[in-house]
Amino acid sequence: MAMSVFTRLAQPGHFMRWSGAALPALWGVAATLLGVGLYLSWFVAPPDYQQGETVRIMFIHVPAAWLGVFFYATMAVSAVGTLVWRHPLADVAQRAAAPIGAAFTLVCLVTGSLWGKPMWGTYWVWDARLTSMLVLLLIYAGLLALWRTIEDPARAARAVAILTLVGAVNLPIIKFSVNWWSTLHQPASILRMGGPTIHPTMLYPLLTMIAAFSVLGIALHLQGMRTELLRRRVRTLTILEAERLDAAPLPAPQAA
Amino acid sequence: MDLGPHAAFILGAYAFTALVVAGLIGHALLDHRAQRRALAALQHRREP
Repeated sequence: MAMSVFTRLAQPGHFMRWSGAALPALWGVAATLLGVGLYLSWFVAPPDYQQGETVRIMFIHVPAAWLGVFFYATMAVSAVGTLVWRHPLADVAQRAAAPIGAAFTLVCLVTGSLWGKPMWGTYWVWDARLTSMLVLLLIYAGLLALWRTIEDPARAARAVAILTLVGAVNLPIIKFSVNWWSTLHQPASILRMGGPTIHPTMLYPLLTMIAAFSVLGIALHLQGMRTELLRRRVRTLTILEAERLDAAPLPAPQAA
Repeated sequence: MDLGPHAAFILGAYAFTALVVAGLIGHALLDHRAQRRALAALQHRREP
């Protein structure tokens, strides 16, 4: 039942209809959550007893890190859809997720650096968590470059899907790097056995910002998928138009 | 609101994030409009 509903929703025609109807609501929810989250982060959450006011960077750093990893996981699932079922929407979903995931990974690294300088005394250390996030950004960049290198979309989709699945090995490394190695980066403080270690006055603003970034990311992803579908239609029609012009009879030469 | 001695780092982090998010939203909307126009132009050309 659930599978048949999913299959139906994933048909490109159906997808364009329901995503077009859902997007205005998603943009609205994202804007509202972002407004509430920013208010809580700036005016309700107190300064941390150790980090002081720099704790406010965490309210954007953590959601950005979450989205960087979330979109790569989305790409890995889509890659399976491309390779196993050759679903037309799987590659579209993967193509649309890559720039968004890359952008949020970049935000995570930059905001982390800007937090690290006053707190650790350095913008960067070759710590396992930081390095694995940098590797994630490089994988995103490599996948985006690979799409541009291969002209045939079907061949590009398969090559990118394989590389995406190879790169997915980095996801557990990112998650468990703080447990497996001795890192300067703090261990998990939200998703951990025994519950979050953050005080509720900071946890709720953080969770609100994570929700806001997530809805924003989903809205951006759906919008990107719709655009990618249009781009593929434009490509197909351009090729058909070129073939039609090639097949048209040439005008007879006029007598001098 | 006094952000203390690290105000530049905090504001810089938020400014960079705002720039990237605005870029993502702007690119998503402009790219969609460009593709819609290209598709409309192609379909118009194909109509007899």
